[in-house]
Order: sequence, then C-alpha cells, then structure tokens
Amino acid sequence: MKRLASIAFATAIALSLQGCSGWQSALDPKGPAASELAWLIWFFTGLCAVVWVLVMVALAMPLMMRSRQRAEPLVLDAGADNRKLRVVMTAVGLTAVILVGLTLVSFFANRTLAAIGSDVALTIRVTGHQWWWEVRYEDATPSRILTTANEIHIPAGEPVRLLLTSTDVIHSFWVPSLSGKLDLIPGHMNVLDIKADKPGVYRGQCAEFCGAQHANMGTFVIAEPRAKFDAWWNDQLQPAAAPMSDEAKAGENLFLKRPCVMCHKIGGTPAGGTVAPDLTHVASRQTLAAGTLTMSRGNLAAWIADPQGVKPGSHMPVVDLSGDELNAIVAYLEGLK
Amino acid sequence: MKPAVAMLLLAGLALAACQREERDTRPQSALGSGEQPTPVTALEPGGQRPSPTDNKAASFEANAFHLSEGKRLFGWFNCSGCHANGGGGMGPALMDEKWIYGSSMESIHATIRDGRPNGMPSFRDKIPDDQIWELAAFVRSLSGNAPSSAAPSRNDDMMAHPSENRMPDAATLGKSP
Repeated sequence: MKRLASIAFATAIALSLQGCSGWQSALDPKGPAASELAWLIWFFTGLCAVVWVLVMVALAMPLMMRSRQRAEPLVLDAGADNRKLRVVMTAVGLTAVILVGLTLVSFFANRTLAAIGSDVALTIRVTGHQWWWEVRYEDATPSRILTTANEIHIPAGEPVRLLLTSTDVIHSFWVPSLSGKLDLIPGHMNVLDIKADKPGVYRGQCAEFCGAQHANMGTFVIAEPRAKFDAWWNDQLQPAAAPMSDEAKAGENLFLKRPCVMCHKIGGTPAGGTVAPDLTHVASRQTLAAGTLTMSRGNLAAWIADPQGVKPGSHMPVVDLSGDELNAIVAYLEGLK
Repeated sequence: MKPAVAMLLLAGLALAACQREERDTRPQSALGSGEQPTPVTALEPGGQRPSPTDNKAASFEANAFHLSEGKRLFGWFNCSGCHANGGGGMGPALMDEKWIYGSSMESIHATIRDGRPNGMPSFRDKIPDDQIWELAAFVRSLSGNAPSSAAPSRNDDMMAHPSENRMPDAATLGKSP
C-alpha cells in the first residue's frame, strides 16, 4: 500500500514537471539570460538540497544511535570533546564558505546578464497600459519608427534592448523563456536586454498585479531569422490594406464614423488615435486583446460586440452596433493583414 | 462569554467594510444614444421641459469609478485642447460656477452629445452614451459638484509644487546631514 502511494506520488511529480516546458517557462530557457538564471536556480536548489540532507542526517544520527554510557561520567575525555569541537567548527566553516560561494555565483551570473546588452542591434520601447503592451521600434530614420501592440518581433540570435515604462500603474515584463522580470514604472525608464537563441514564439505575462485584467495581459516575443524580421518590419511600415469587398469598404466607413476612431489608429486612414492598440496590421497578429483571444473572425466579432464580457473592466467600451454594422467592421479589420 | 460576543459583534461590523462600489462597465441597455429626449434649450413647445428619462445621471454622478473614467476620457479625447484642464481657453472654463447651458448632468450630457453653437462639436456616434455620461459627471465634478470621497484627485503634474515625497527634506533643508 505504502509502495503504491509512493509510486503515485512520484508519477504526480513527474507529470507536474511536464508543465515546466513549453513556450512560457523559466525552466525551459531559450536565451542566454534565461539559461543563466535556470542554471543559477538549479545550482542553488541542488546545493541547498545537499546541505538540507546532511543537516537532517546529522540531526537524525544522535536520535537513532544509543549513546554509550561513560564508565566514569566525571572523568574528562579530551579526545571526544576535541572531536566534537572539530566537527562543529568544520560545519560552521563550510557554511561560511557555501554562503560566500553562493554570493559569488550570483554575482557572476548577474555580470553575465549585464553583458548580454553589450552590443545591441535593436532598441524597442515597451509601454505598459491597462491591460495591453504598446511596442515601438526605434530607428535613426523617423519614417522607419514602427508602433504596434502586444507582439514583440525580434531577430533571433541578436541582443535586443527593451526600454520599459508605463502610463498608468506599475506593470512587470516577464518572458520566462528569455529573461527575468523587470518592472514598467510610470515616469521611469527601465532597461532590459534580451536575446533569443533560436527562432520561436515565447509567451510573456505581466508579472505585477495591475488591476482587474492583470491575468489577461499577455504578450508574445516572436524571434525570427534576421531576413524574415526585416521583411516583417517593412511590411508593418506599409499603410493599411485597402478594403477589397463592398462589406469591408462599408466597414472602413463605419470604423471612421463610430467610436472606434476616437482611440485606435489605422495607418493610411484618418483614424489616428494613440491611446489604444494600433490596428494598422491587426489581423497579422496572433492574438487579440493582449493574448486573451486567438485571432479569428469570430473572436474579432466577439471582442467588438462585448469587450466587457470578454475582459471586464478593460478600457474598450461596448459600442452600440447593429449586426450588419458589426459584420462590416469585422470584415474590414480581418483584411488588415 | 462576554468577550466572545464582543469579538463576534466586532467581526460582524468589520464585514461592513467588504462592501465595494459597483463598477458598471456594461451599458444597461443596447439602446442607442439618439433615443433619449434630453432638452437642449429651455424653450420647449408648450413651455414644459420633458423630464429626463435616463437614470444614469443619478447613478454616475457620485460614483468614483465613473468619475475617474470620465477624467481619463477627458484627457484621451483632448477636451483640454479647448478647455485646458477645465481652466478654459478657446472654450469656456469648466471649473467655475458659470454654466451657459445649465449645470445639470442632462445639460452637460446634451452639450457633449449634440454640441453647442460657437465651437463645441457634437460627439454623437463618436463616443458611446455611457462614456458621455462619465465625461458629464467628471465635468460637473471639476467645479466641486461631486462628493470629495468620489471625485478624482488632481494630477501630480498640475500641482503648484512637486509631490511631498519628491520635496527636499524640510528638516535638513535639502542638505544631507
């Protein structure tokens, strides 16, 4: 019975470890910073586990062993007393060495993290909003500066500098597979350097409680080969695709006439709001509403029809639209690839 | 026995603190903003103002959430472009006690929704009705017409001096001891 229970326990632990891999896990590192941190946590955990086992054994030994009766209790036994003193002093010395050692290990890991950004190829401003991420790609040429939302494309294998700030409350940027977390603070700029070793999609999450929809404030770091990244940047700089069907044309008109236009921007149209996510290429993104919904026609319609049902408390208001109007706007947005 | 009863009573009283202001983020009806008869002038046929049918005026007026949302939208929609944070510029001041078209929530709502002569544009169809009510509530609060427990505070950057935690230490006059 006991054996069965222990097997079940081991299986449960093994199964729960399954959750430690995938696109959002600090234990499944995909970049130098995350590797360094993962190594650090495993090293700390391993060493502390060994120390813990040794301490437990040392505590258990006197309990298990029956103490020998001294023949003459009052006679001093210099040899035995010295041995005890040596054991205690060795343990104290080892503790000091281990503590200093761990401090040094942590210090050098920090230096490795700081060295990642020694020659950054790209600077991206990430601004936290309740509850989405504004992403602005800096460039020396003003016409190449690009603003998008919730998805951060980076060239794989190159260090990228993120400048983090916020407009409302404190958020925290955390893509566990790539780096540790760093806060986005209103009125203050934090700098985080990240690097992805291989192309891939890595999920990130706001890691500082920031209000009702903190849990639905996700982001994606999409690492691509340099050529693909440059092509993506050039595509995103283009104005929005002109609507093709009559329905989509009606949708564009409605977008410009209804409250959408007050907050959102669509490049190439008069819509120029900057307080909500840029929708110039909204359909090229993988998710909607900061990782809340996957991108699809149905989800676009659901989000526009009832944002307060999907993400209660978000700043996207319920707009009074008829079914046909909703369909037209969705048809238009769906074409903004 | 007696201390236990007192403790129970105290615990019961503490529960009263769990009451939280409702955040009504969804409009109560899908009715369009064009349907409500809000007077834009005192000159009505028959000399009688139609009574406002919307209960939002009452429910938004002293609600901290709606007031702060109104403040946020006031900035987002660039009301300050003409009204300059309520101080007035191209448009009239909003933080004084002068109301050209009346100080009631309904009047302010009508002003934002339908516009007014000499420059105030109409935001009908551009701002959802609930958000217009939020703006109206905030505009009313600018002149002290909202309970101070609910009214949003002034922005840090509008203060005459930096916030207290950024001031030099009064005891040392800014010099390190």
